[in-house]
Amino acid sequence: MLSPQITEKIDYELTKYPAEQSQAAVMSALRIVQTERGWLSNESMSEVAQYLGMPEIAVMEVASFYNMYDLAPVGKYKISVCTNISCMLRNSDEIVDHLKHKLGVEFNQVSEDGKFCLKEGECMGACGGAPLMIINNHTMHEFLTPAKVDAILDELK
Amino acid sequence: MATPSAKAQAPVMTDLNGQTLVCLRTLTESQPAALATYIKLGGYQSLKRIVTEKTKATDIITEVKISGLRGRGGAGFPTGLKWSFMPRYFDGVKYLVCNTDEGEPGTFKDRDIIRYNPHQLIEGMTIAAYTLGARVGYNYIHGEIWQDYETFEAALMEAKAAGYLGENLFGTNFSFDLYAVHGYGAYICGEETALIESIEGKKGQPRFKPPFPASYGVFGRPTNVNNTESYASIPWIMQHGGAAFADLGVPNSGGSKLFSVSGHVEKPGNYEVKMGTPFVDLLAMAGGVWHGRKLKAVIPGGPSTAVVPASIMEATSMDYDSLSKARTSLGAGSMIVMDDSTCMVKTLHRLSYFFYEESCGQCTPCREGTGWVYRVLDRIVKGQGKMEDLDLLTDISKNISGRTICALGEAAATPVISFIKHFRAEFEYYIEHGKSMVESRAEQG
Repeated sequence: MLSPQITEKIDYELTKYPAEQSQAAVMSALRIVQTERGWLSNESMSEVAQYLGMPEIAVMEVASFYNMYDLAPVGKYKISVCTNISCMLRNSDEIVDHLKHKLGVEFNQVSEDGKFCLKEGECMGACGGAPLMIINNHTMHEFLTPAKVDAILDELK
Repeated sequence: MATPSAKAQAPVMTDLNGQTLVCLRTLTESQPAALATYIKLGGYQSLKRIVTEKTKATDIITEVKISGLRGRGGAGFPTGLKWSFMPRYFDGVKYLVCNTDEGEPGTFKDRDIIRYNPHQLIEGMTIAAYTLGARVGYNYIHGEIWQDYETFEAALMEAKAAGYLGENLFGTNFSFDLYAVHGYGAYICGEETALIESIEGKKGQPRFKPPFPASYGVFGRPTNVNNTESYASIPWIMQHGGAAFADLGVPNSGGSKLFSVSGHVEKPGNYEVKMGTPFVDLLAMAGGVWHGRKLKAVIPGGPSTAVVPASIMEATSMDYDSLSKARTSLGAGSMIVMDDSTCMVKTLHRLSYFFYEESCGQCTPCREGTGWVYRVLDRIVKGQGKMEDLDLLTDISKNISGRTICALGEAAATPVISFIKHFRAEFEYYIEHGKSMVESRAEQG
């Protein structure tokens, strides 16, 4: 069941749309549930479908279309590194190699202790701060260097 | 430096003469995003005047037409003309949508508007809502810039509390509600009809046009969609007049423009300059090519615009007509700079993966073609390319272009065609030797 903390946030999103258009809040609802639970299981998507009164398949379509939704566990911290052109030109490869080595994972793998998952992201719209990464979809870190990455990882307990 | 209000990495906001321009004019202040800062610069005064004096909508549209403002999201369509397409009389709610979904590599200008000058965007959208009779507005913000989304939501609350948004503004019968909504990782949602689908809670797959959003947009209602920078230019135009805005630029390219400069420069960031500014001056503002290296090539408007070799770029100015003469386009002003250590084969390989990954899958030529292009480039990069692959790549790209519902097809084709056209020798070397020409040169010292 969706917790009161979750439904309160979804209800706020619903105020943005006409009463008969509750499906419009599905993107937000999925984000809110994912933030609370770490990832989107089939059960979570069913609960969102039920809450918004929309078909389960329509929720699944959205969750599988947008690449910031995770349909499998991603550990406690999901690290998405941009490797697109502006980041690539400023040595994002070095950041990726450093993260892979440090966490002992390849892209889309979760570290053995279940703490970290490394993802290759597409353009994050902040190329002035390249190279960059986002943690758990919400916190962006720019102007990365291997030393800065170490400092950020040390903060993640 | 990742905090939304921090100015530590703030972009340069003036032109070469140190003049403060339009969309980032709050950046000279210590609290750029604050309502008080915007008010101090004359913010919301144009809105108040228009609403209380009941300025005629046609007069506002005329002023926007005089300004020469063209869509800043990439298409360059005249904003005033677009506004005139909205039906004047419609029995029901009309919508206003702002496209802050920057997902094209190298594009990050609108992010700085929502985090450093959100109120100018809010005022611009509210003036547009008044002009077009829209009752509700949405600003669709790129998923990955969550902290900036929160900055914008906070600005909305602030504007509402101060009486600049909501019911019966300034004691008149004009009401406008504006909300922030977010994407969650799909480049295609920068296409206006995909964005509308996404607002409605669906997969972001573009709609057939016509009908255009002006007649069938959000929830099937008339909707006006503009880019963030376009809306944010409106308050300045209303404050200083359309002619003054046009005079900032050059004929056919009115106003100032934000250029997102990324890649191999000393000071990447956003630079707001007058339209028609020479490329070399803009490059100098960004600190020039990094590490004292030589310029090799520039993608002037984002990867959906053609790459241009240094010699042509250095003779060009940053406006619609000059870039069109250089056989490329202004796009969203997303200037990606490449120095002489850049391997064009690997760069195109990465871009081709992006378009393959981000194709929504709806149209066969794009869904299959982008994957095909990527796989051919992938085998070239792995040393398994054949010389005929170069013509094959161009041929596939030309067959994607023009055969899709939206412009992603053209966007995916343009880099392939232009990279191979301008840097064919580098591709041939890679195929012949199974390795990169520039990297081999670097190894030989």
